[in-house]
Amino acid sequence: MSFTFLRGVLAAAAISLAPVPAVLAADISGAGATFPYPIYAKWADVYKKDTGVGLNYQSIGSGGGIKQIKAKTVTFGASDMPLKPEDLAKDGLVQFPTVIGGVVPVINLPGFASGELTLDGPTLAKIFLGEIKTWDDPAIKKLNPKAKLPSDAIVVVHRSDGSGTTFLWTNYLSKVSPEWKEKVGASTAVEWPAGIGAKGNEGVANNTAQTKGAIGYVEYAYAKQNKMTYAKVVNKDGKAVAPSSETFQAAAANAGWEKSDSYYVILTDEPGAKSWPIAGATFILIHKQPQDPAVAAEALRFFGWAYEKGGKLAEELDYVPLPKDVVGLIKKTWAAEIKGADGKPLVN
Amino acid sequence: MGTKKVADFAIDTGALDSTEALDRRATLRRFKVLDTVFRLLTMTAASAVLVLLGGVIASLVIGSLPAFRAFGLDFLTTQSWNPVTEKFGALAPIYGTVVTSALAMLLAVPVGLGIAIFLTELCPYPLRRPIGIAIELLAGIPSIIYGIWGLFVLAPLIQQYVQPGLIGTFSNVPVLSTLFAGPPYGIGVLTASFILAIMVLPFITSISRDVFDTVPSVLKEAAYGVGCTTWEVVRSVVIPYTRVGVIGGVMLGLGRALGETMAVTFVIGNAHKISASLLAPGTTISATIANEFTEAVGDIYTSSLIALGLILFGITFVILALARYMLMRLEQKAA
Repeated sequence: MSFTFLRGVLAAAAISLAPVPAVLAADISGAGATFPYPIYAKWADVYKKDTGVGLNYQSIGSGGGIKQIKAKTVTFGASDMPLKPEDLAKDGLVQFPTVIGGVVPVINLPGFASGELTLDGPTLAKIFLGEIKTWDDPAIKKLNPKAKLPSDAIVVVHRSDGSGTTFLWTNYLSKVSPEWKEKVGASTAVEWPAGIGAKGNEGVANNTAQTKGAIGYVEYAYAKQNKMTYAKVVNKDGKAVAPSSETFQAAAANAGWEKSDSYYVILTDEPGAKSWPIAGATFILIHKQPQDPAVAAEALRFFGWAYEKGGKLAEELDYVPLPKDVVGLIKKTWAAEIKGADGKPLVN
Repeated sequence: MGTKKVADFAIDTGALDSTEALDRRATLRRFKVLDTVFRLLTMTAASAVLVLLGGVIASLVIGSLPAFRAFGLDFLTTQSWNPVTEKFGALAPIYGTVVTSALAMLLAVPVGLGIAIFLTELCPYPLRRPIGIAIELLAGIPSIIYGIWGLFVLAPLIQQYVQPGLIGTFSNVPVLSTLFAGPPYGIGVLTASFILAIMVLPFITSISRDVFDTVPSVLKEAAYGVGCTTWEVVRSVVIPYTRVGVIGGVMLGLGRALGETMAVTFVIGNAHKISASLLAPGTTISATIANEFTEAVGDIYTSSLIALGLILFGITFVILALARYMLMRLEQKAA
């Protein structure tokens, strides 16, 4: 009995051990932002079936991703907030965008369905500053002359954890409201003048859904998949737009990537009649001279594949793929800046 | 002659010939070696705790140095928490931690002691085990479950029924109207305290029940014999007899309340502000760390969060030390 048992164990061990070295050698490791985690995981899954190369992505948050890539413990880091060109230069990093997402204001106002309430930047800033306290405030009435607005108190719900979503939201409010810029500013976490903090998109969503008169902001994909009530926002061209892939793409197309330094572009308050005013890309950080050029090249090949074949997968998960010309720019950047020990570019 | 245990030697010390004496010496030497090994093993285990604790303190202190260097003692006395301008003050989370824990104890201690007294003195026997087990099961529920339950079930109930009532009832009472002011958010300091109270209840109850059970029946029967009521027996016999154990249970609960993270994060509202109203959102030290550590960018921000951890460590230490001191005083008085 023991003999057959032993043989079984040995066979099982052999099966489980055999493929491991091959996979380990080629696996790409990344860490960072939680927002793009679903699409990176999806891409990694399909890519592994196509090529056999695996990706191990830990969604530990943008801050963690930046720390890990600086410490060189991962092949690439991921951040929702682009690093400033001077910070990139200091650590010898290159950054490039992967997909675009948007942030939408969600409301809980009985009688209002998605898109039936229109708000603009300055009004949103005043609401989040705690200066506009009720829904029948003249500023909101002016934007919605036909709507019957209740006199309920506005309950502001914001993220309590640091987040790229908060960065885009506060960046937009800073662009449209000098008062917000001076008093609060833009970052992944800020000192909120009003409201209650909730953890994660799901926390904001639940608190908004539970509290009558609440307004919060969540990732577009999250709002869409949970069928939350969103408000239209007036963009830079003065048009009220609803959030959709189309309006995010319009914002991305008008962004002027080619003029940017290190793709430091935040897609808030972009011009264009169709542009959704609160969008943003999520970014990858990689060393200019990677410690392990072979794995770094694998990582770049993975993202190259994602740009070419991953667009549809991204759309299925309500992310917006980058415009074609931006992808071209990124590939040029790779060829020009990311080099192996021999000084030759890792990918062409 | 096989292996002998110490007890065997104790018994046959009377008749020993020389070979047995030699044998006995060897065995005793073996025992000595074993004893030393055992002592060293247990000592290593015990000192590992000290090393770990020392390591935690050292890394907290080193990690929080940049924050204290940047803000000095202002860190403890200001309530601005601004990641954009990198100005951090710990007052709001410290306040939130102390207030939620204090409120939780205020709610949980009377209820917990009440349950324990009922279970040991008044409860019909068939009910004792089910109720006791139910209380202990409460302690086994993971805190995230309490958090989710608090957010989805308790908060709406409090928002609809408790808070409007509190605001309405006390609106004309001088101090209480400030304590219970503001729009009913449902979540906030009071809700967090409720959740904490429920979470620490099992600690207080089960420890009090266990120590109440240690009161000798003779004492209680004597008290009943001279005509004491149940209340008098509990107050004058059971509680004085078990004082130390009860305070131990309360302290264990307080320790949990101070450090509780997930459940509080869900229902406290996470606002870095000190509000006079208990219905307003606030924050605690552990909630702040849990919320912000992953996305904290920059040395000062991270260091400020570690400094918060050090402060929580300090608060817990001071409270435990005070409890010890109180117990010592009580014992001295009793003696």
